[in-house]
Amino acid sequence: MMQFTCPHCGPRAQSEFIYERTVDSVVPLDAPSQEAMAKLFTRSNPRGVDDEIWRHTYGCRAWMILTRHRVTNEISGCRAIGPEALP
Amino acid sequence: MINFSFDGKAYTAQEGDTLAAALLRNGIGLVGRSFKYHRPRGIMTAGVEEPNALVTVGEGGRAEPNTRATDVFVYEGLVARSQNRWPNLNFDLGALFSLASPMLPAGFYYKTFFGSAKRWMLYEYFIRKAAGLGNAPTQGDPDRFSHRAAFCDVLVVGAGPAGLQAAVDAAEAGKRVILVEQDNILGASLIRDPQELNAVWISATAARIRAAGGRILTRTTASGYWEHDLVTLTQRLSEPGQIPVNGVAQRLWHVRAGQVILANGSIERPMAFAHNDRPGIMLSQALRSYVRRFGVVPGKRLVIATNNDDAYKTAQALKDAGAQIVAILDARPAPAGANSGHRVYNDAVPLSTKGARHCLKSVSALVDGKEMDWDADLLAVSGGFTPVVHLHMQAGGTLDWNEDAQAFIPASSRQNVTTIGGAAEPQPIFKMVPVSKPKKSFIDFQNDVTLADVDLAWAEGYRSVEHLKRYTTLGMATDQGKLSNMAALGRLAEKQGVAIPEAGLTTFRPPYTPVTMGLIAGAGAKDAGAHVRRLALYDLHAAKNPIWQPLGYWFRPRAYPNGDETLAQAALREAKAVRNNVGMTDVSTLAKFEVSGPDAAAFLEIICATTVGKLAVGRGRYTFMLREDGFVFDDGTVWRLDENRYLLTSSTGGADRMATHISYVRQYLCPHLRVSAVNVQEHYAGIAIAGPTAKAVLATLIGEEPPRHMSTVPAVIAGVPVIILAASYSGERAFEIYVTASDAATVWTACETQVMTVGGALYGLEAMEFLRIEKGHLVVGGEVDGRMTPYDLALDKMLNKAGGYIGASGLARPALSETGRRQLVGLEAIAGDIPEGSMLIPSEGASPQGHVSAAAFRIIEGGSVALGQLVDGFSRHGEVLIASSPTRGQKARVRVVAPHFYDTAGERYRD
Amino acid sequence: MSRYSAFSLLRGALTGHRHWQPAWRDPEPKSHYDIIIIGGGGHGLATAYYLAKVHGLKNIAVLEKGWIGGGNTGRNTTIVRSNYRLEPLHNLFEFGLKLWHGLSDELNYNVMFSPRGAMFLGHSDADMVKLAERGDAMRCDGIDADLLTRDQVAKLEPLLDMSRDARFPIQGGLIQRRGGTARHDAVAWGYARGADSLGVDIIQKCEVTGFVRDGDAVVGVETTRGRIGAGRVGICVAGHSGHVAGLAGLKLPVESQTLQAMVTEGVKPMINSVIMSQSLHCYISQSDKGGVVFGGDPDNWPSYAQRGHPMVMEGAVAQGLALVPALSRLRMVRTWSGVTDMSFDGAPIIGETPVRNLFLNGGWCYGGFKATPASGWTYAHTLATGKPHDLNAPFSLDRFERGATIDETGSGPMPNSR
Repeated sequence: MMQFTCPHCGPRAQSEFIYERTVDSVVPLDAPSQEAMAKLFTRSNPRGVDDEIWRHTYGCRAWMILTRHRVTNEISGCRAIGPEALP
Repeated sequence: MINFSFDGKAYTAQEGDTLAAALLRNGIGLVGRSFKYHRPRGIMTAGVEEPNALVTVGEGGRAEPNTRATDVFVYEGLVARSQNRWPNLNFDLGALFSLASPMLPAGFYYKTFFGSAKRWMLYEYFIRKAAGLGNAPTQGDPDRFSHRAAFCDVLVVGAGPAGLQAAVDAAEAGKRVILVEQDNILGASLIRDPQELNAVWISATAARIRAAGGRILTRTTASGYWEHDLVTLTQRLSEPGQIPVNGVAQRLWHVRAGQVILANGSIERPMAFAHNDRPGIMLSQALRSYVRRFGVVPGKRLVIATNNDDAYKTAQALKDAGAQIVAILDARPAPAGANSGHRVYNDAVPLSTKGARHCLKSVSALVDGKEMDWDADLLAVSGGFTPVVHLHMQAGGTLDWNEDAQAFIPASSRQNVTTIGGAAEPQPIFKMVPVSKPKKSFIDFQNDVTLADVDLAWAEGYRSVEHLKRYTTLGMATDQGKLSNMAALGRLAEKQGVAIPEAGLTTFRPPYTPVTMGLIAGAGAKDAGAHVRRLALYDLHAAKNPIWQPLGYWFRPRAYPNGDETLAQAALREAKAVRNNVGMTDVSTLAKFEVSGPDAAAFLEIICATTVGKLAVGRGRYTFMLREDGFVFDDGTVWRLDENRYLLTSSTGGADRMATHISYVRQYLCPHLRVSAVNVQEHYAGIAIAGPTAKAVLATLIGEEPPRHMSTVPAVIAGVPVIILAASYSGERAFEIYVTASDAATVWTACETQVMTVGGALYGLEAMEFLRIEKGHLVVGGEVDGRMTPYDLALDKMLNKAGGYIGASGLARPALSETGRRQLVGLEAIAGDIPEGSMLIPSEGASPQGHVSAAAFRIIEGGSVALGQLVDGFSRHGEVLIASSPTRGQKARVRVVAPHFYDTAGERYRD
Repeated sequence: MSRYSAFSLLRGALTGHRHWQPAWRDPEPKSHYDIIIIGGGGHGLATAYYLAKVHGLKNIAVLEKGWIGGGNTGRNTTIVRSNYRLEPLHNLFEFGLKLWHGLSDELNYNVMFSPRGAMFLGHSDADMVKLAERGDAMRCDGIDADLLTRDQVAKLEPLLDMSRDARFPIQGGLIQRRGGTARHDAVAWGYARGADSLGVDIIQKCEVTGFVRDGDAVVGVETTRGRIGAGRVGICVAGHSGHVAGLAGLKLPVESQTLQAMVTEGVKPMINSVIMSQSLHCYISQSDKGGVVFGGDPDNWPSYAQRGHPMVMEGAVAQGLALVPALSRLRMVRTWSGVTDMSFDGAPIIGETPVRNLFLNGGWCYGGFKATPASGWTYAHTLATGKPHDLNAPFSLDRFERGATIDETGSGPMPNSR
């Protein structure tokens, strides 16, 4: 069980979070059809670092992007997303 | 004195004895039988690595099969039984397998027992009976198991000299320390070698750790090392089979540590020689433990076989205890052991042993090239030391090869873990190669794997260490290779002609020692780890003793039977009340979202595939949502409560995923929108009132004209503010009343009183199902099964022509609008009742062209009707098919019709 | 190939087992093969076997990065069944199940296929209707399935908790009697031995590091043992499909996730069939050695770590103990994890790729073991003829962009939602 540092709550056990999807799978609302389907149905799925969208579902319920190594589980970043994180 | 029994006979033990020590104290050498050949086996070790002395401890639902006699401390009344023998331990007919052993080499079962699968099952029946070890309990567990979380700066595993010192240093430096020890006392190697540091030092150090705020857990094993320095500890609060003091048998700890220090020590290795498995043959350090710690001397004439200095301490211990040291067979050339004062043979490697009546009689060895033998009733072996690197490896660590010790030692790790003490610096040994015949030279004792089996696997091409392990079952027994892995690797390296590090290494996975299943489950075992979600109106329903129906984690009333009504009778009565008069039901579990803000309509038009923006204040409409891939996700209603405030409802079953979806769209895709989308599913309880007199009932309740169909108004019932939505799922004029959950009982009671006054009824999910099927309304999880498009469900006319909703791109894919898709149809029985879930086939023996998603009866007229999915169903109205359920032996002839059977024009909604 | 039999064992017993030959050779790679299969798991080896046996092809190699059978073939719960709701799935798996029934004889290697029955438990009326629907779909397509009453379930598995007030009370079940378990390693070894004897080169410790291209076609592979030319190349590395396809520039509808399983210490027979549940996510069977084998949900996030999450395991065990309380005092002795290709409709992918001469077999989610013979058979057909077999035609890679997904659970395109 990993430990994530929620940008709002600090270090918390992974069991409080739910993985939702990878950043590369996000279909922007204005994506043209073909691009949307390519986004939805393919993944880079690297044996290395990827950006993932997790939610602190059993905590503050905020969404975040976690940068994680898929083999070692090393976490190199976790940043908040959502309206409050807009520049 | 403590009383215990073994195989029905009463014995006594001393305070602090392990079962193994107590058995040896009572002169019992034969404790178990091996897995495959049923060879007689005794006690070989004094720790968790014990492969042979496995017994069942305890009775009833508390019985623990395969308990290592070395890992259970005797308590008053302990009941232990031997395993895997028939009719008894001394005379075991299973030992006949030993006679057949030439026919049963490694992997023999892959090469025979051919024929049909049924024939294999016949052989297998006997194989399964012969396999296994102890018997599982047949009852449930009377005890509880608990889980606990903890955090610390430093977790120290192992309370030997190194671990104790590390723990006291960290604690006195101000760190939060947890020290765990699998034994029930501290000290580890100090207990068998008391001359080096004494008991006073152990207790003083423990006192200092506690004084500095450290926590010491004995009888606790660090069994798993997971990600980010999470270590699971298993703590025995009672011994196997023992009645726990406060009902909790064991506790599982999840410890998140800042740093982990592993002071696990090492496990002594046996040696491979013929008949090295007799009772009376023990590991040298184990024997020393029995003598020094327990005061048990399990023999009179001792031979020691060693390749290192450590075994000389055992010789000294036995000599001190009055045993005769017949010979020390030291594999090292002279002058090793020369000045020990014992009879030492150098360049001596054991060859074989002889025994009688399950006792050791003599030992033979090759000494300087010549065969010699000695009479002995006890043989202590020390083949070197294997550092316990399990946790280090579980943590993702790497290993280095230590040539002097012929052992792998911990190297680097990506987690914050270090290894200290004997596991980091094992004692040097002399590298020796087995010289005896490989047959009966056991390396995995429990699974009866010999050097000959390794040789055979090699000859047959099973040459990677994993193939070897899987082909021979080496390392797969309850000790998980703690004693056998290095012997096997050595043999493999010898065959390959390489050094051991090149021969490979198997992986180490949790758990370090076997973990009780009940402990893994914890409290969750009683309820499958699933919570129950309770309706706000639960107490009011429960008072009426309804039939409950599980729906996700919820339980909802399915029907409210009167007297001895059956479910079907009750549901039909309730449905008739709705059709003829009025009924009320609890719809609290529906998903509900309050969406507000200037961009609320724009947001909803992203979520919903229908238009929303044109909705007037106070009006509502049916809507549905698509997944990103274009399939129908869920459906519900959307209501404009105010200029910039909407209420969206959707299905109960999809509520959680819809909440996540809405949050994702809002937070991730549309952070710029000025909108708030709040999940109010459990904030509001919901009550539906439906039927031709529903309007009059509601008028009485709210004291004003109820809203017309698909309109909403705020109102007050029994002094409580409510929101009224005029929507109908049943097909009748109907209203949904939403009220803050904490006030729901007041409103429910007021409504119920009024409904009963006019002769109405409560109705449950079963009646609701009848009503909605007759009306042709969809249910998510039924007709909407995640594989249907808006076209398939004839919802496409409602799609927002402007697009922009989630799923529009997915829906544009060609296969979603091709012919040959399954489409929603109604079905009317011509003969028979339509079985729900049955297949729609054109004729007997044909492949299904669709299925029945929901079946019911016409409520007033009677007759079986159903909704279903049928290939190209829209164009097949009038066709006659068979709805067939072979598994239930039911079928009906059905006519394909439009999917609504009641008030097609929708006139009953209108005033 | 020297045949295995009771007589050959007897001969071994009399001669010290000195006559046994390696089950497969250890050849050096040739410079060119007609067909190269990447991945020496059960599926890859079965593919090679059927290419040689059914299609008569001779010049075939299986390239394995580590040791054969070392991936998911050796890391599953050994369950074999074909009880799927959707036609393309149950037709494919049923074809496999038929092959399983004769596999030990076919390979002259006892894979210990034991049709002890694969049973789904139902815990509510709604569950029972869903089970009936699944069973009816199977029966109408000629596949065995029987609904069991509560009493029949209790008789088959006396240790199940049949109390009415259980959190998930047992109402009945759906059994596929021809389903069961097999010895997973033996499947890889049996196919390897069979393929080897038909001339297939099985090359272990040979990792593919790239593809050799000629225009839009693949004409060979780069490996840790040098370049090897090929007429056709078949990827068969479920769990790592994304990685290997990535070497050819392809992005797949696949996310790799970890699925863990565990086994208890051996005990005398206590579980007679394969127990699964319509509402709970655990499956229980007992191996011939006596260990009770347990599986649950995958860890629902991407991972190549080959190690599970303790709390996922705790959840699966809690569910298993709710069903069979007598398991409480058994001890879990070993856990293992596999990296699975979670596809985006839950169904496998077998067929051609956009790159000429490059084929793909993957996306098996957590259900690949049972498909081994069917997967090998249909993939061999596809590789030999360049066209899909009828049974794997629906499982093409392009079904996602077309929208012809095969979604057994109806839960959509997110691999962690099923």
